[in-house]
Amino acid sequence: MAGIEVTALHKRYPDGTVAVEHVDLSIGDGELFVMLGPSGCGKTTTLRAIAGLERQTTGDIRIGETLVNDLPPAERDIAMVFQFYALYPHLRTRDNLAFPLRAEGLPKSEVHERVDEAARLMRLGPLLDRRPHRLSGGEQQRVALARALVRRPRAFLMDEPLTNLDAELRADMRTEIKHLQGQLGTTMVYVTHDQVEAMSLGHRIAILNKGRVEQIGTPLEVYDRPASLFCAAFIGSPPMNLIEVEVADGKLRSQGGLVLTPPPGLPRDRRLVAGVRPEALEVTEQGAEHSVPARVVSAEWLGDEIIYVVDHGGQRDVRVRMPPTVRFAADAPVGLRHTGGPPPVYDVSTEELVA
Amino acid sequence: MAVSVDEAVATGPAPDRTRSARRRGGLGRTVLEVALLAVLAVVMLFPVLWMIETSIKENRDVYAIPAKFFDFKVTLDHFKDVFVASGGGRSALSVSFLNSVLVAGVSTVLATVLGVPAAWAYSRFSVKAKKDQLFFILSTRFMPPVVVVIPIFLMYRQVGLIDSKLGLILIYAAFNVPFTIWMMKGFVDEVPAEYEDAAMLDGYTRLQAFWRFTLPLLLPGIAATAVFALIFSWNEFVFAIFLTSSDGVRTAPPAIAGLIGGTTVDWGLVAAASLVFALPVLIFAYLVRKHLVAGVTLGAVRR
Ligand SMILES: Nc1ncnc2c1ncn2[C@@H]1O[C@H](COP(=O)(O)OP(=O)(O)OP(=O)(O)O)[C@@H](O)[C@H]1O
Ligand SMILES: [Mg+2]
Repeated sequence: MAGIEVTALHKRYPDGTVAVEHVDLSIGDGELFVMLGPSGCGKTTTLRAIAGLERQTTGDIRIGETLVNDLPPAERDIAMVFQFYALYPHLRTRDNLAFPLRAEGLPKSEVHERVDEAARLMRLGPLLDRRPHRLSGGEQQRVALARALVRRPRAFLMDEPLTNLDAELRADMRTEIKHLQGQLGTTMVYVTHDQVEAMSLGHRIAILNKGRVEQIGTPLEVYDRPASLFCAAFIGSPPMNLIEVEVADGKLRSQGGLVLTPPPGLPRDRRLVAGVRPEALEVTEQGAEHSVPARVVSAEWLGDEIIYVVDHGGQRDVRVRMPPTVRFAADAPVGLRHTGGPPPVYDVSTEELVA
Repeated sequence: MAVSVDEAVATGPAPDRTRSARRRGGLGRTVLEVALLAVLAVVMLFPVLWMIETSIKENRDVYAIPAKFFDFKVTLDHFKDVFVASGGGRSALSVSFLNSVLVAGVSTVLATVLGVPAAWAYSRFSVKAKKDQLFFILSTRFMPPVVVVIPIFLMYRQVGLIDSKLGLILIYAAFNVPFTIWMMKGFVDEVPAEYEDAAMLDGYTRLQAFWRFTLPLLLPGIAATAVFALIFSWNEFVFAIFLTSSDGVRTAPPAIAGLIGGTTVDWGLVAAASLVFALPVLIFAYLVRKHLVAGVTLGAVRR
């Protein structure tokens, strides 16, 4: 087991595409580290560079104490699970699992023992004698995970391993992976573009955008204080409301008159945007205390909650998360009120968090 | 058969009637189709049929006027003549057949051994100006052999490859390598690179990964490609007739062509030799017909 250090990683493909602009990561030993970002932001490229499947243009990668820049994948002692499972189609499950061990030249008895152990962990007993084409997607994925496990590598790399599964199975597998990682204590780098997956799995999350790291933090930090407008818009469903505000009389005021508690250390003379989570707002009766007039545009009934979309004083499509018991009709005149603490505030021009 | 509007909209038994009408229309069409196809088949296959007949007719029946279609004496002498010389021993034709087998076989193996790894490399690695390179490789096939045969003849004379089997093998391989690269690149593209990635992480080198995982998955494609290459080399005529002259080196196509000309032509022998020559190609194409279709419809099936 080992931590992974990525320093000033830059990757330019021969065709000129810059897939990774500049990435620094410091992944702790035994950590479950999630890389999250939209399609094409360089997640896979970063992961493949760590695995040794791509050579970075510049930058250093260390696994444990070893500088692995010039080591071939085979010598980095890591296991990778691909989105497309890449089980060897002509081998039965048992042999697929045994393969990496035979490559290492382990004695037969030990191979057998380890395969059985991995099969038990991933509950593959009845599938051991089947070939991949006779396994369902979820089963193939479990075999792929088991194949990563048997080697007892220093780190696991996962590239969107659950993308091809249906929603229910994804949730199950997510739990399973998290549990397994905790049990084994092996460092894991997990790549996904699904923020729910990232939030529920990661000890820490790195948010990538256009080949750069926008933010690294625990799921809570990332959720509460997104480091940039990009992160603010990316994390959370529905996403944060980005409301233009001005500082007046020691308060933050929106155009529509909504009043927010300002965070300390606000800069002056800049156009500011406050990031307000949908659950930090409240739809009230018209004229309720501290509320500003607003109008319900639409309501999404999700069963356990209702997402109201409201307009207030020139600010369109503000999303508010409400318990299902509070009901307003569409188009109804209502009040809108801020209930949370000081929101994170961003500079419009730099798109960075300023307070 | 026309169906009036009233009939068509009527409920009850009417739908049945329209259906049977359609069936009859379908039948009519099928009959027409079959008739047309039969005519086409006769026109196309008549020369082949005539060749088969000629190969088993006695020489006097071959020249009979009016032609004898059915009432001739069957003989296998011509086939014997293909393989056995008149004075006993091996005939020149049978030697040329062996040469064909050797030249086509070795050149195909050579083209496959060189072309498959090249196709893999073009598929997997980013190569500078890959598209231009691939186009250049393909463009070597644009040139009709007749155009290049003179310069090649001159070059071969310089290096002493004229009238040698090695010379033919090399030139056929040279023509088949580009074809193999193009055809195989398509097959390699279809095999996900992740297999090799996974194998490399499992402790294999890149070449081992290719050899142990990708290659087995490519076998059907290799079979199809090799058969195409084999058929090309087997049938090739222009290079063979220009670059070889002696009986011991010549392949079957120029040898058979050589039977025609002179004062008398033994048509029975020509026909029998042609049949023997055509047979291997037919058998091969039949054996790998499934893969041949896979090769032809390449890219139509996505994973
Ligand atoms: N082999 C390659 N050659 C050239 N460009 C590439 C190559 N692989 C990826 N790219 C480009 O590099 C950029 C980053 O790709 P990458 O696969 O790392 O994205 P990603 O974050 O994994 O996206 P996704 O979520 O869609 O998997 C993309 O713009 C992509 O088009
Ligand atoms: Mg990716």
